[in-house]
Amino acid sequence: MPKIKIPHKSPHVDMTPMVDLFSLLLTFFMLTATMRPAEPAKVDVPFSISEKKTPDANIMTVTIASDNRVFFNVDNGPDTILHFRPKILEEMGKRYNIVFTPEELRYFEKNSAPFGVNIKDFKAYLAAKDSKERDRFQKGIPIDSTDNQMALWVLFSREVNPSVNALIKGDGSVEYPLVKKVLDILQDKNVNRFSLITSLEKVEVVDTKDAKK
Amino acid sequence: MAEIIQEDKHKGGKKKPKKHSTAIDMTPMVDLMCLLITFFMLTTAFSKPKVMEIVLPEKIKKNEKVEPPKIADSRTLNIIVGPNDKVYWYPGKPDPAALIPLQETNFSATGIRQVLLDRNRALFKKIEQFQQDVITGKLNIKQDSLQSAIRQLKKDDDTGPIVLIKFYKKAKYKNFVDIIDEMSIVGIARYIVTDLNWIEEGMVEHALGMPATSQPTAKK
Repeated sequence: MPKIKIPHKSPHVDMTPMVDLFSLLLTFFMLTATMRPAEPAKVDVPFSISEKKTPDANIMTVTIASDNRVFFNVDNGPDTILHFRPKILEEMGKRYNIVFTPEELRYFEKNSAPFGVNIKDFKAYLAAKDSKERDRFQKGIPIDSTDNQMALWVLFSREVNPSVNALIKGDGSVEYPLVKKVLDILQDKNVNRFSLITSLEKVEVVDTKDAKK
Repeated sequence: MAEIIQEDKHKGGKKKPKKHSTAIDMTPMVDLMCLLITFFMLTTAFSKPKVMEIVLPEKIKKNEKVEPPKIADSRTLNIIVGPNDKVYWYPGKPDPAALIPLQETNFSATGIRQVLLDRNRALFKKIEQFQQDVITGKLNIKQDSLQSAIRQLKKDDDTGPIVLIKFYKKAKYKNFVDIIDEMSIVGIARYIVTDLNWIEEGMVEHALGMPATSQPTAKK
């Protein structure tokens, strides 16, 4: 009797379509990815109904964390050849008689996370090996009238990039006097238009319609 | 290499090129791709945070003399943001002689919004009507010119309230955003963020310190 041959099925699946799909997805995500810079402190922004999006470039952000530390960040300009960040740091260094090496400036340009570092600690902050060591310097930028470094950061950012927009990212639990202080510093440097970073609240809109009726 | 030589010996004279399977094992590749996709998906900032614009009046320089703008008391509405999500409001001008009772309310839809809406009904209706016309197609204008048209409506408005927003020192930043948000919800044409003066500070502390006496006036 001839043996009945059971068709031998290979356990291998053809993965080509899967790989195709994956590479497509990967390319998509890689191209659309904008890296989220590491936040030195967690900030819970309040809600609003505003649907305006944050601008891509020409922004300087003042972050107010819930523990009353103030952070600053400025972007590198709409084009990479502009190199706004190192220029601002250089100006800042000149004011405090600190000379930053080209390596330090380049490092500062590349790492665009918000910083809350006293300018006197800045060299050590830039030389820090990992984020844990870096976090030790994040004590908040001094905003007292005796040593108002925040005002200088704002001033130099505006000098280097006149079209910079001021963004304020505050934690909801921060008390008003600190917010007022930050607003005053900005206003002293002739910034009168602010954008407050908020997250979108959808329910509110429905509420108004009900209230209207 | 050794394998090939051995094979040749077995088959003798006939030289047949060994047929390699064209299928490559793609599992490691898929693994890697899965990993990368996951990484990129998690690090991508998908939704950008939203921003709310606010313009504050320019500061008056020390040696500069500017006449304070004249505003009608009847149109002024003072809002004082207090601690614990409380909002106080009173119309008109503060009077040091007689403490004007502060009205206490909150940030809910029936709270401060109702107060503002009552005073801003005319303008709010106008804006609402205008937007409705655009949606239904009665008016055919573009989105950006709609914004400027609404701005023009607000500019021309002369019946709505002039809102002075003040903050007690214990107020939270959250409420700062909330109250400005309220302004845009109700469509207040003129509002300004100013400092709390000493009279009003006393009024708030009065309202906070003696809730028993301030409650009945708030309910009125």
